[in-house]
Amino acid sequence: MAEENKSIRFIITRQDDPDGKPYEEEFDIPYRENMNVISALMEIRRNPVNAKGEKTTPVFWEMGCLEEVCGACSMVINGKPQQSCTALVDKLEQPIKLEPMTTFPVVRDLAVDRSRMFDSLKKVKAWVPIDGTYDLGPGPRMAESRRQWAYELSKCMTCGVCLEACPNVNDRNDFIGPAPLSQVRLFNAHPTGEMHKAERMDAVLGEGGLQDCGNSQNCVKVCPKGIPLTTSIAAVNREATIHSFKSFFGSDQHA
Amino acid sequence: MADQINREYTLRRLHSLLGVIPIGLFLMQHLVINHFSTYSEEAFNTAAGIVGNLPLVIVLEFAVIYIPILFHGIYGVYIAFVTEMNLGRYGWFRNWMFMLQRITGIITLIFIGWHVWETRLANAIYGTEVNFDMMANILSSPFMFWFYVVGVLAAVFHFANGLWSFFVTWGLTITPKSQRIMTIIVFFIFVIFSYLGLASLVAFAS
Repeated sequence: MAEENKSIRFIITRQDDPDGKPYEEEFDIPYRENMNVISALMEIRRNPVNAKGEKTTPVFWEMGCLEEVCGACSMVINGKPQQSCTALVDKLEQPIKLEPMTTFPVVRDLAVDRSRMFDSLKKVKAWVPIDGTYDLGPGPRMAESRRQWAYELSKCMTCGVCLEACPNVNDRNDFIGPAPLSQVRLFNAHPTGEMHKAERMDAVLGEGGLQDCGNSQNCVKVCPKGIPLTTSIAAVNREATIHSFKSFFGSDQHA
Repeated sequence: MADQINREYTLRRLHSLLGVIPIGLFLMQHLVINHFSTYSEEAFNTAAGIVGNLPLVIVLEFAVIYIPILFHGIYGVYIAFVTEMNLGRYGWFRNWMFMLQRITGIITLIFIGWHVWETRLANAIYGTEVNFDMMANILSSPFMFWFYVVGVLAAVFHFANGLWSFFVTWGLTITPKSQRIMTIIVFFIFVIFSYLGLASLVAFAS
């Protein structure tokens, strides 16, 4: 019964408020079977005592669905950005290092503000406009073959992991990152969304848009949902080539 | 909505295009002509003489070389500057290529600056004749020889890997498979043109 006394060492990068200085604090968590990182954080919340035996404030983090579809609990675990709900303690090397994703402003401890991602989705018009003053009726049908790959793109949960890994998303660069670019491809592929393709393309070629991708291809490697982000970016690149030709030389879709 | 096409987008696409046409084409031509130095001094002087005496050569030089390289180089420094290296955490092949593209770009810019000063500008200002002897003279110093080796390798790498990115940027290679095959193709381009460049350097120096 040696397992009963086993504990796991966590090294957590903490920060008391958005402008605070980050510092590290260590915790020893009693081991239980099948723990994920969140259950360990819950244990700290239950008993906020650090490895030195001092009472401290509970570590703050964000979570939602607990099944890797909401993207809220993303953090850097042992150097790899990922969701803490699906990060299983048994599969992690110890001590386990938890850090907030540095691409985003830290709210407190491990919680970050991902607002910029939602702003980017608005910027590139990542939606299908269906509202009218009267019933517009059913939209055009979508080919099954296209629906299948489009579904893969729709798995994006704006978790921010791809932005965290992208060398071009940083303080000196206003690149919106891979996630919204893939959403542009998704909504351009939708039979009703396609009707607003030109508008969406104009938006995605704006400041900080598509052109800021430098093809390091880290995004596709780190995406927890396995979304073919670099394929999406190249596909939007092709669309941009065609779009800018039409836009410059003239076409019926452009005023 | 033509005016809505963003300035940054236009500059980035122009940067990508100029890197291949005309700069990449010029680089390939330049290394092929240089390779004549491995045959004989006369062969090189004849080949270089043909290129150097093309009609309207000064217009060609400005339109095909100086202006595109100046733009590509200066804008390229900006592109390298707005990047944050993260190889420590994400040491994958493409990320290495991404970083090397920026590092070789800076090395190439320094190298080309020096190279143009030492050859073309020396010719324009002091009337130094551009021929086999000039290069043999420059490369007789071991430091300059290795400086040229690094410069040529950096330039060829930057071109080959840049050609790979060009195909993605313009939406020609979309699927992972086509991108992988393109990686193999540009690898051979790198090997072939590195060989042409290095063989010429050795021929000049010996």
